[in-house]
Amino acid sequence: MERIPILRIGDLLLVTIQVDMHDRLALQLQEDLTERIVKDSAKGVLIDISALDLVDSFIGRLLSDTAAMARVLDARTVLVGMQPAVAITLVELGLALHGVKTALNFEKGMALLGRSFK
Amino acid sequence: MTTAELAKQIGQLLQQEQAALGAEWQEQLQALALRGNASSKEQLRNHTSQFLAAFSSATSGGELENIEHRSWDEVRNLLAEISSSRAKSGSTPSETATFVFSLKQPLFTQLQKAFSGNPEALAAAAWTVTTVLDKLGLYTIEVFQKTKDQIIIRQQQELLELSTPVVKLWDGILALPLIGTLDSARTQVVMENILQKIVNTGAVIAIIDITGVPTVDTLVAQHLMKTIAAARLMGADCIISGIRPQIAQTIVHLGVNLEDVITKATLADAFLIALERTGAAITIKHA
Repeated sequence: MERIPILRIGDLLLVTIQVDMHDRLALQLQEDLTERIVKDSAKGVLIDISALDLVDSFIGRLLSDTAAMARVLDARTVLVGMQPAVAITLVELGLALHGVKTALNFEKGMALLGRSFK
Repeated sequence: MTTAELAKQIGQLLQQEQAALGAEWQEQLQALALRGNASSKEQLRNHTSQFLAAFSSATSGGELENIEHRSWDEVRNLLAEISSSRAKSGSTPSETATFVFSLKQPLFTQLQKAFSGNPEALAAAAWTVTTVLDKLGLYTIEVFQKTKDQIIIRQQQELLELSTPVVKLWDGILALPLIGTLDSARTQVVMENILQKIVNTGAVIAIIDITGVPTVDTLVAQHLMKTIAAARLMGADCIISGIRPQIAQTIVHLGVNLEDVITKATLADAFLIALERTGAAITIKHA
């Protein structure tokens, strides 16, 4: 079955979504990610969605939920590289993802994580 | 007499008396015209003679009931051209329609001469001609209105483009001076502009200056919040600046919640905060 790879860098987990997210894939990712946070005792999660140019309300909510789950497991989540069109869509859908930290690109996201657990 | 015969007769009459009709019509038009200068007289002569030629050939086609018919193409194109050029030069709709309606009197005079021995035919011909001219007159007004609408739409688009600049103030700091009321269409343009600029410049802070926004109601506030939320999703924080005292009062009276957003009274204050955030500082050198 198709899976989105989760990479570990120190105590950070890195997820780069490079395929079109369908619902089952997204649910699988949520499950995998929570398991890996516990297994690797990760302190931060970086989700790169720069290749994603289509996000529906389900995926939006799922991203928000995943961030909330990670927070419960004591890991901070940063969502990086959102496309302008995706941002507009999410706002119009009423999903402002209030609990999620965001950054423009991978580098800025890393800086944000590096700062947030110093 | 059938309609086709009648049409044929009117067509012939028009062709024969074209010169006399044209002269009389021009007189009529000039008497009615509010502003007559040399160039417009020349133009008027051209228009009247072109119209009469097209009108007479269209009438001979026999389709007097239906001006949408192919035989009226030339007449309609000519009228559309005249009407739209008048709309652009600022004529009133009645001036434009009068161009067609003023043909009635000269034409009726000619009809009266031609059908003097046959009152029944005269009545039929007069009725036919008046309905056709009425339709053509309405058509000119329609084209006139359409041209005006196009002008308004074009101006609206120009206004939209003019009023949403995004300025780079410093490395990583953008400013968006808003001028005029925010509606849904403008919010969309503003949002797209600022998000694209955030991507292009890698900005981390965007200052939205609302000095030029005349009133802030709940709808405008909601549009502002949407823009801020979208910018936040891209990883950029927003500061609202340029809030005038009256606007601060209305915001509070309306119960709009701006607590999650940094707000500053002036753009200068907002810029200072933005500089601090990006790690820069201003020092004043004394001479």
